[in-house]
Amino acid sequence: MSKVMVLFAHPGQRHSQINLDLANVARSVDDIGFVDLYADYPRFKIDVDREQERLLVHDVIVFQFPVYWYSTPSLLKEWQDLVLEYGFAYGPGGDKLAGKLLVPVVTAGGLQDAYREDGRNNFPLRTLLSPLEQTANLCQMVYVPPLVLFAALSARNDGRADDHIKQYRLLLEALRDGRFDVEAARRRDLLSDGALPVLESV
Amino acid sequence: MDSFLFQTFIYLLAAVVAVPIANRLGLGSVLGYLIAGVVIGPMIGLVGSETQDLQHFAEFGVVMMLFLVGLELEPKALWDMRAKLLGLGGLQVAGTTLAVMAACMLFALPWSVSLAIGLVFSLSSTAIVLQTLNEKGLMKSDGGQSSFSVLLFQDIAVIPMLALIPLLALPELAEHAAQAGEHGEEAGHGSGFHLMDGLAGWQVALVNLAAVAAVIFGGHFLSRPLFRFIAAARLREIFTAAALLMVIAIALLMTLVGLSPALGTFLAGVVLANSEFRHELESDIAPFKGLLLGLFFITVGAGIDFAILFSQFWFVLGLTLGVMALKALVLLALALFFKIKGPDRWLFALGLAQAGEFGFVLLSFCVQSFVIPGEIADTLLLVVALSMLLTPALFIFHDKVIAARSDSGQEHENDQITEKGTAIIAGHGRFGQIVNRVLLSNNHKTVVLDHRADLIEGLRKFGARVFFGDATRPDLLHAAGLHDAELLVVAIDEPDQAIDLVRHARREHPDLHIIARAEDRMAVYRLYAAGANDIIRETFDSSVRASRCALEALGMHAYEAEKAITVFVDHDRAAIRKLAQVWKPDISVFDDPEYIALAKEVNAQLEAAMAGDRSALHDKTDRGWTPPGRVKGLTD
Ligand SMILES: Cc1cc2nc3c(=O)[nH]c(=O)nc-3n(C[C@H](O)[C@H](O)[C@H](O)COP(=O)(O)O)c2cc1C
Repeated sequence: MSKVMVLFAHPGQRHSQINLDLANVARSVDDIGFVDLYADYPRFKIDVDREQERLLVHDVIVFQFPVYWYSTPSLLKEWQDLVLEYGFAYGPGGDKLAGKLLVPVVTAGGLQDAYREDGRNNFPLRTLLSPLEQTANLCQMVYVPPLVLFAALSARNDGRADDHIKQYRLLLEALRDGRFDVEAARRRDLLSDGALPVLESV
Repeated sequence: MDSFLFQTFIYLLAAVVAVPIANRLGLGSVLGYLIAGVVIGPMIGLVGSETQDLQHFAEFGVVMMLFLVGLELEPKALWDMRAKLLGLGGLQVAGTTLAVMAACMLFALPWSVSLAIGLVFSLSSTAIVLQTLNEKGLMKSDGGQSSFSVLLFQDIAVIPMLALIPLLALPELAEHAAQAGEHGEEAGHGSGFHLMDGLAGWQVALVNLAAVAAVIFGGHFLSRPLFRFIAAARLREIFTAAALLMVIAIALLMTLVGLSPALGTFLAGVVLANSEFRHELESDIAPFKGLLLGLFFITVGAGIDFAILFSQFWFVLGLTLGVMALKALVLLALALFFKIKGPDRWLFALGLAQAGEFGFVLLSFCVQSFVIPGEIADTLLLVVALSMLLTPALFIFHDKVIAARSDSGQEHENDQITEKGTAIIAGHGRFGQIVNRVLLSNNHKTVVLDHRADLIEGLRKFGARVFFGDATRPDLLHAAGLHDAELLVVAIDEPDQAIDLVRHARREHPDLHIIARAEDRMAVYRLYAAGANDIIRETFDSSVRASRCALEALGMHAYEAEKAITVFVDHDRAAIRKLAQVWKPDISVFDDPEYIALAKEVNAQLEAAMAGDRSALHDKTDRGWTPPGRVKGLTD
């Protein structure tokens, strides 16, 4: 059993097509922590101590967010700026996050084809999210490639949404039960390339 | 005088003893009143035949109840109900009348007698059913709404029935009566007919229309200036008197022209449902309605003739159960046809299966009009009363068995529906007004109360839904829907009243979220002790903004000023919460060493925090966005 915490960041939940459903799945999985960051800090006044304490007691940190301008929504960035302090997450004595898993679960408006060197967005999504990856590295965390839902705005209409939501539940349960094959996952470019690397049992 | 006092004493005593016990046992108030009546009437014989007269008087409770029902129903809602009202109501009355008539003819009664009996039993008890539905909070359910439609239709249908019944007179009964001399004149609803005597059918119709128009027109245009004028006098009892006067005047007018008083007051209620005086009227009339209805139920219980009942107990019981089963069947068929589902269907079928108070009226009218022979009528009176007595039992059965069973089945279905609750805003001054506007613009329902009639009149011109009334009065708060509300915003000016209001609301409704405006620190403590959830100091936010402007004006970077203010606000709010917990209502803060010590401590913390002392408040001002190399607590 691992202790899993989902940090959910979405400032426009009223208009959300898919993230709200994903968040509700995360809320409904037993024995994992769920934090709606925009609900906890509507005025961006992040309580650094509380957030650091939460990090300490969890082994797996899931960042769930929609891709905004090839990055995280601003509160999640603010969270990084404030919570990942020198002496806590990095620097001398900054090993409090060492060995914990960081798992981005993101939705993007663009098509997967757009996220290629010859596509409209010029870079693969994995590359665009590399600041997150390097942040994890600096904090000695284990970065898991992102689980991505591309073309998120049309996923409902072409029937991909339900499948993705199921995948998310499966991922969270596997992470919680220690059935998630981290090594296999890390060999991938994106976690969503192919079936989830889940072990039958442990 | 003595006997009047004695009787009042007996009735009130019976009610005061029986009703709370019945309620405690989960039987509902109606059964409590009925039992009280049985005890003081047939069982120990403290009251006698005068209950008949009292009953006619107490029927006025039904008229008042329909006025209150009308007040809850805006014209638009009534219009939306029209299909149910006519379809469901019409079919119920017609279907039950025919079914009962057919059954009677099987017993070899003449067709005219059978038809009259059918009419009597097609009616249900508005008094019992509405009272019970309200008490159980089932009025808004599908079953409740359907039941209400049917009852309203029945109340209206009584009028043509009263016109029809004399045409069914049996010649031999009439002759017999003529020989025996004049019958006593006493005819409840029939008594008004003389005014219309000698008018042709179309003239009657015209007069009726004119009366209804007068009620609607008067309610809409005349009542409001009148009530405004009376409200300006600020004499509570005169307002109550005016409310009563209006209801009685309408009832009188309706009776004079041969229409149902219940219909008239119901219409007046609907017309006034949109007015600012709605909640005030409601809270003024409600106690009268409650007492009169209670009295009515007692007289039903007291009027049961045990002599006849015991001499033919099984026969009467069988008849009663038969009639109720027949009515329930018709209702069930209608419920199926109109797609009323689940427990609502049974609520509708079982709830309306009894005969009603208008049954008494029709029966005595039938006897006077020589339609039904007296001895049959006596037995039928018993059947009506007994069926009313059994009704609460059916409601309990519905509660405990049917509703309970279907609850467990559909637990998860409704998870997604987030019904928006109502917010009550007490006080519509500068403060309450803003809150109201914000809530409304976000599609929340609000009920705003204010006691300045002139202000409300002005606000209504701008389309604000504001009601007249003193929010500190518990009955008014109740009428405004305190028990169903999710939120109460206390924005009235008088600090003492605000605190009373919070205390009362908290006691009545422990789950209510209460937001209260506080004038100063002491008010914060008192509101906290009274049970408010969010306490907003009225000048706090503006002074905070002023201080931020001051910091910026003195050269601080705007974002630094913002952070400094944030720390101050957080600290101050935490501090006042701590202080509120130690504050004692009966000791002045200057004589309270515990309070003084804590106040000193939190102030010292604040000063340290503002100065950037890290140990004090987790170095909040200074922490955050610190560049690498400066570990907290290690540098400087
Ligand atoms: C401010 C903003 C910036 C966005 N930037 C991107 C982007 O850079 N790349 C992309 O693929 N989609 C972008 N999108 C689309 C969102 O990723 C998309 O709306 C979201 O993933 C859908 O999830 P939701 O329905 O739960 O909000 C952006 C949307 C917004 C509102």
